[in-house]
Amino acid sequence: MAEITMLEAIRAALFEEMERDPAVVALGEDIGVYGGAFKVTEGLLAKFGRERVIDTPISETAIVGAACGMSYLGLRPVVEMQFMDFIACCFNQVTNFVAKSHYRWGAPVPMVVRGPSGGGVHGGPFHSASPEMHFVHTPGLKVVYPSTAYDAKGLLKSAIRDNNPVLFFEHKFLYRRIKQEVPAEDFTVPIGKAAVRRPGRDLTIVSYGAMVHTSLEAAAALAAEGIEAEVIDLRSLLPLDREAILGSVRKTNKLLVVHEDTRTGGIAGEIAAIVCESAFEHLDGPIARVTGLDTPVPYAPPLEQRFLPNVEKVAAAARELAKY
Amino acid sequence: MERSSNEMQANAKLTREQHLDLYYFMQLNRQLEERMVRLFRQNKIVGGLYASLGQEAVSIGTAYALEPRDWLAPMIRNIGALLVKGFKPRDIFTQHMARYTAPTQGKDGTSHFGDLKVRHVVSPISMLGDLIPVMTGVAMAGRYLGQKIVAMTWIGDGGSSTGAFHEGLNFAATQRAPFVLVLENNQWAYSTPVAQQAPLKNFADRALAYGIASHIVDGNDVMAVYAAAKSAVEQCRAGRGPVLLEAKTMRMRGHAQHDPAEYVPQAMFDYWKTQDPIARYEAYLTEHKLWDAAKKSEIDARIERELDVDQKFAEESPMPPPELAEQGVYCDGCHTVEADWRRPKQELLPPASSVEPVWKVTDFGAFVPSAPAAIAAAGRAEKPGAKPAPTPLAEPEAAPELTEEQPLRVPFGRGPKDRAFERERLEKQEKHRKPFVKHRRDKRGKH
Repeated sequence: MAEITMLEAIRAALFEEMERDPAVVALGEDIGVYGGAFKVTEGLLAKFGRERVIDTPISETAIVGAACGMSYLGLRPVVEMQFMDFIACCFNQVTNFVAKSHYRWGAPVPMVVRGPSGGGVHGGPFHSASPEMHFVHTPGLKVVYPSTAYDAKGLLKSAIRDNNPVLFFEHKFLYRRIKQEVPAEDFTVPIGKAAVRRPGRDLTIVSYGAMVHTSLEAAAALAAEGIEAEVIDLRSLLPLDREAILGSVRKTNKLLVVHEDTRTGGIAGEIAAIVCESAFEHLDGPIARVTGLDTPVPYAPPLEQRFLPNVEKVAAAARELAKY
Repeated sequence: MERSSNEMQANAKLTREQHLDLYYFMQLNRQLEERMVRLFRQNKIVGGLYASLGQEAVSIGTAYALEPRDWLAPMIRNIGALLVKGFKPRDIFTQHMARYTAPTQGKDGTSHFGDLKVRHVVSPISMLGDLIPVMTGVAMAGRYLGQKIVAMTWIGDGGSSTGAFHEGLNFAATQRAPFVLVLENNQWAYSTPVAQQAPLKNFADRALAYGIASHIVDGNDVMAVYAAAKSAVEQCRAGRGPVLLEAKTMRMRGHAQHDPAEYVPQAMFDYWKTQDPIARYEAYLTEHKLWDAAKKSEIDARIERELDVDQKFAEESPMPPPELAEQGVYCDGCHTVEADWRRPKQELLPPASSVEPVWKVTDFGAFVPSAPAAIAAAGRAEKPGAKPAPTPLAEPEAAPELTEEQPLRVPFGRGPKDRAFERERLEKQEKHRKPFVKHRRDKRGKH
């Protein structure tokens, strides 16, 4: 087993799935000859050719629409958004055409829209956003957000093989910063299943994406103070693994949700509602959340740092919660 | 740009039976909608009702040019195309009446339904223009799978103002997708006249900007529509890329049944009434001795019979059970996704699929005074009182001409880690260094 980055794991999943099934095709801006803005698709064109790796015009609506049409004929297109912020340009195709297709007229849309998301790399307001909740609010879509190289490969394979449209968020801060031993052979990670990244008894920290790593660092710091936090990595936001969240809260009796996405309408609110509905008697303290600010993601490093949750903010919130 | 011509009509040879088919479908389309107007007034249509009165020749003539393997996606006024593709009046009745027996079981209404497996029809959505990229993808996938299909959809004069229209048609053009876009210019987008959508006499002119072929056709002449569509479909099937087909017609009712269309000048309705596509086609059939009064009565009676049976079926059908609302958001194995491969898969797998990942750059894109620019300049100069066209600046040095055989090859991956690119860069530098140095020495020598 080789140690590879998350970016390489995503690339490996694409190569393996395209080799396994000629119905898998890739579309996107600059993905072929150039190999993608982040080089995720580097080498794909050389191996699979222009019919399967399609460099498109700058037309997100056309890319997603065409991928939807392709999927109606039994193909499994994988669309790259150069940055997930740009998915706003094809919001209508994704939420009205693609998401409602199976419900309205029984036409499955087996496609994946994947791309880099999230902040921490000074991308400014249009290259740093976390637009996942627009789509978690859209029945018919699945929303996946891996935090490790292993999960990225296994979840992308599951997403490609799924008969439903899957939005696959890749945190760009993690692309080359995390490394992990990932099996070279075929494996999948199921969509809709969370993972316990660190067991603990005093409180539960639920997170996803890059914030899982922030939460784990905070948990390590808290452990030194005698607070044992359980860290749950959601991995999928839609469908949400309610049982994993509820099971942990029933054990620790305290819940902190951490996400980089903005606060209002972020998934913390939904998780809090689920826990109040189904595990209220088990709570020993208020449900806490550490999130991005309710602002666009600013450009200047001190501003962006202010926007983003970090280890100190998570640890401080956990300490407060642990007092109950 | 080509326009519908006698030659094209001569190429569209139809048998007598096919001629009568066209009449059957147009009349079925109209009588079905007339019945639905009555049902609407009886409150049996639960939502909106959008009529295609006066536009039947466009739906029928274009869809009739397709083969069963081809794909189409209707717009709201193309139920005629659905009938041609094999859907029955009961499908339309039940859809509008939100019955459990409808193709969508009451989850969606109107013409918002389709069939992936047999009839090859994609369901539209209410947001205009979105079907254009989707059907582009259908056309691309058909080509990819070796199916030799053509994909067709419709757009109105109003819908052509959307961004999706541009993105979709441009993508189809760059892909040379076998895709026919019928621009149904019915003069009105809800209450907005066509001139408010774009200051164009002919919307087909837009094809020039996409580098694709176009035709303009009399949308109330079903034979002309069929001939133009047939020619467009053949062009697509021959691999010559997409076609924009503008059909000039008129929406003879309001946007939907609730809209009395008082914003339309009565004289306009009066004119177009004289152009009724069914009346014109009836005259055509009589003139060409393709039928007689008895045949017409026979077809009309058949239509009435079929509509009676299907309307009764719809009215007796139940509404869906409420719990259906919660079902079917996701495909949990209820459908199998399988492509119909008509070419060897090996062609699309390495090593057969492998290519040299380079762009072929065939020209440098430099400014070259072109004929259209010269004409435009002349046009300006001809206008009385207009300033003479400015003298063009000195012509830039002509860029070298590249051929398809010897294109400029751009190395793959210009990232910092790309050693090949760095090597080529250094080689180039090396090649240019010597003459440059020599030149400098020469200069120094002169001084």
